[in-house]
Amino acid sequence: MIEVIGLHKEFEGRTVLNDINFTFETGKCNLVIGQSGSGKTVLLKCMVGLFQPDQGQVLYHGRDYHAMPEKDRKEVRKEIGMVFQGGALFDSQTVEENVMFPLTMFSKMSMEEKIERVNFCLKRVNLTNVNKLYPAEISGGMKKRVAIARAIALNPKYIFFDEPNSGLDPQTSIVIDDLIAEITHEYGITTVINTHDMNSVMQMGENIIFIYKGQQEWTGNSQSIVESENENLNNFVFASDLFKKMRQSLREKK
Amino acid sequence: MNILYHCGKYFIFLTKVFGKPERGRVYLRQTIIEIEKIGLGSMPIVAIMSVFMGAVITIQTASSLSGGWIPMSTVGYATRESILLEFSPTIIALILAGKVGSNIASEIGTMRVTEQIDALDIMGINSAGYLVFPKIIAAVLINPFVIVVSMFLGVFGGWLAAYASGILIPSVYVEGIQQQFIPFHVTYSLIKTLFFAFAITSVSAYHGYYVNGGALEVGAGSTKAVVYSSIVILLLNYVLTQLLLI
Ligand SMILES: Nc1ncnc2c1ncn2[C@@H]1O[C@H](COP(=O)(O)OP(=O)(O)OP(=O)(O)O)[C@@H](O)[C@H]1O
Ligand SMILES: [Mg+2]
Repeated sequence: MIEVIGLHKEFEGRTVLNDINFTFETGKCNLVIGQSGSGKTVLLKCMVGLFQPDQGQVLYHGRDYHAMPEKDRKEVRKEIGMVFQGGALFDSQTVEENVMFPLTMFSKMSMEEKIERVNFCLKRVNLTNVNKLYPAEISGGMKKRVAIARAIALNPKYIFFDEPNSGLDPQTSIVIDDLIAEITHEYGITTVINTHDMNSVMQMGENIIFIYKGQQEWTGNSQSIVESENENLNNFVFASDLFKKMRQSLREKK
Repeated sequence: MNILYHCGKYFIFLTKVFGKPERGRVYLRQTIIEIEKIGLGSMPIVAIMSVFMGAVITIQTASSLSGGWIPMSTVGYATRESILLEFSPTIIALILAGKVGSNIASEIGTMRVTEQIDALDIMGINSAGYLVFPKIIAAVLINPFVIVVSMFLGVFGGWLAAYASGILIPSVYVEGIQQQFIPFHVTYSLIKTLFFAFAITSVSAYHGYYVNGGALEVGAGSTKAVVYSSIVILLLNYVLTQLLLI
């Protein structure tokens, strides 16, 4: 469980996030949704410590992440996995080396154990026969999956995804979404996902925070989103006619 | 103001680079890889430059001395001294600032804009240390060897020019390069080389590490890396020469 309390962040006097209060629940897919530029990535980076919030707290199971000593923070970081928008795989390393990297840095495993773990993680994301390829030699969807494999290598308690679907075709998107949901439920991970993909919102929105221009505008889940009367939320979620029709039929059913 | 800001940020960056490593063994392995990239990778250009510069220095000196009252063996002496004191340590360092410096800045800058550095930080790894420390150590270890090789090749280039052009007798050249040899001049050059190696790698890494933006900024950062490492080399060259030779 991660609690964000009264979080405030500004860049050079320009407020990007204002008074965010939200609890990200264990074993669930927690979604952060909002328009481009609304501050989703900044929120994620404040939570993992790449940015220092100007005010407020981020509690990992009750421990204040930004207030703890650096040594403890490093321990928490070992429990965090993050999948970046572009994958952020190390270009100079093969797929296998990429996934093995956190194991080499932080575990005392032998080479055989490490290879076994790497193969397990790659298999978990449905990748085989790519171990010796370099990131430049695989497709965008595969990169995302390798990044997920690397993020789960050390059995993290928390995984952050910054727009896992960007740049993927709808079908691959769904595969990745399913994979994220599966891993989250299987291992009881606290998963935080940044997205503006409506498919993902409907498919795995177990706990959602909607950010509008840096403000926390609405919270709920994929069911309550349909019933919401919040204008900004509706404009964002049901921007396309297709989704408007979908909402209509969902409401009529009730 | 701006210069002060960057100097301060640079020294804070260095304290990060020399912070405690997570895994000593991994650093060692990276250092060996970097020695190969930085040292062996630069050998061809250094070799070609050295031979040709030695040759040109010899021909120039010989042509300005010929017909005068100064003995022709002075050509050998002058060539050796220019190569040992200035050409091999400083000019080669400037060449390396271009080659190695731009390479380091663009490599690290690309890692920054593609969030690979953020990925390291999140894992709890000291990214500055992991990426930069091995490069600095590798350059400081290997560059003295590169420079010694360059010195030999430069002097050899002079001999080759004498032999090929016939502007002076090769045996006179060989006689000249043995005159009044002061071993401290080699020490002085190697001390300079250590400082230059540190400057090239750390200044370039700094410009790569703090790239902000995209591919365009990586290019700009890599240009700045070359410009500023060159300036730092020239400043250090002056300061060290005054300290060591006077
Ligand atoms: N390092 C930074 N320095 C200054 N301003 C920043 C920085 N990072 C983000 N911002 C600003 O914060 C605001 C929110 O950016 P953010 O990247 O969080 O948006 P986002 O919701 O993730 O958008 P997208 O969906 O396009 O990724 C933007 O206006 C951006 O200009
Ligand atoms: Mg974003």
